[in-house]
Amino acid sequence: MEYIDIHAHMVSRTTDDYVQMALSGCRALTEPAFWPGWDRSSVHGFEDYFRQLTEFEPNRARQYGIQHYTWLCLNPKEAENRALAKQVLEIIPRYLDRPNVLGIGEIGLNRVTRNELATFKDHVELALEHGQMIHIHTPHLEDKWKGTKLIVETLAADGRIDPNRVLIDHAEEHTIEMILDNGFWTGLTLYPQTKVSPERAVDMIEQYGPERICVAGACDWGPSVPLAVPHFIMAMRRRGHDDALIRRIVYENPVAFLGQSPKFRLGRTAGSGAAESSATGSDAAGSATAASNVAGPVAAGSNAAGSGAAGSGAAGSDVAGSDVAGSDVAGSDAAGSDAAEARPGAVASPR
Amino acid sequence: MTRATVPSPKTGKQLVDEYFIENRTRILEIAAFLDRLDRVGDGQAHGDYRMRAFRQCLEVLVSGGYPRMPRIQMILSDPRAEPLDIRDTQNASGAYDPEKEA
Repeated sequence: MEYIDIHAHMVSRTTDDYVQMALSGCRALTEPAFWPGWDRSSVHGFEDYFRQLTEFEPNRARQYGIQHYTWLCLNPKEAENRALAKQVLEIIPRYLDRPNVLGIGEIGLNRVTRNELATFKDHVELALEHGQMIHIHTPHLEDKWKGTKLIVETLAADGRIDPNRVLIDHAEEHTIEMILDNGFWTGLTLYPQTKVSPERAVDMIEQYGPERICVAGACDWGPSVPLAVPHFIMAMRRRGHDDALIRRIVYENPVAFLGQSPKFRLGRTAGSGAAESSATGSDAAGSATAASNVAGPVAAGSNAAGSGAAGSGAAGSDVAGSDVAGSDVAGSDAAGSDAAEARPGAVASPR
Repeated sequence: MTRATVPSPKTGKQLVDEYFIENRTRILEIAAFLDRLDRVGDGQAHGDYRMRAFRQCLEVLVSGGYPRMPRIQMILSDPRAEPLDIRDTQNASGAYDPEKEA
């Protein structure tokens, strides 16, 4: 079954994960900016990260027929540092026009401190100022209820916020109701331990219905499963639910939420492109992709390459030096002085 | 009991048939975990705030009454409304420690 993973930290994953996701029906994913597991020392780390999210990852995903979108922010884990947050907030607008950027996220709270709340509010202001959609992280474990409540109350009290353009993620049994009751979208994050299992996600679908609920794997650098959404599909079928209901949750709901951004456009059928690429080389995949994705991240790749921004880093040591992309990616982007010459569907060759 | 928005396609018997074994496994894992702590016998685990919450959760499981999940989630949650003045640690621990507040 085709699906869209609305929360996937692909910078943490291997190309093999992209392959498995493509083979299991993933057509598109969105990657919120997050914490790398350690606090970055300066704004320069965010500059490189934002380029990775807007230049490198869309190209890597495209090789397997997956459309890659992203959200930008300074994440809640680093939000205690107000000085750093201020610097990062200043650079974010430079990236908002990039074709695969859907909005601001994943902002929110971590330990639920006054500084984190101030940084959260600053990001909301930035989103409102630039007309961006918002993707929100809610805290972990014992902090989830308190943090979700504070986030919902803060946004609900702001008359400028359209809750239909906000997704409050990582809901669990004790927080889902307050999110949905206030008109927001929500996400159920399918984690092996610290969030929601596929079976519990099915339970919540049965209790609250499918409206404004999405599911995601998050698949980051910790214990997580890049095929979590297919596991959810399997759990729904095992419970006896029909494919129309399942498709609504894993495909139609993400399209309805993400489609509020004019940048979100689904192109060709997933899987076929990757298969073509593997079988026949880059040209077929590239032309098919470019022809069908007018405003999507395919254009993002071409534009980024064409702008020269990708050419400086993607082609150089970062991409070429990785085992994943090899020189074909470098070739497609880096060569990159002319967007028309870029090969957005180029297939990496593991020489 | 709250009426399900999407009714379960399976009957109670069918759900037991489908899910009993994996939940039998889970309850055995919990029993083994508690026995493991008892074998150490140093008393440290018994007074740990996480294990105090754990025992409260087990009481909800055996007391019956629907729904159990929100009640257990709240036992494991920080119930306070006010944000912290300053971050104490980067990571959550899985249960709220009321003594840490004092």
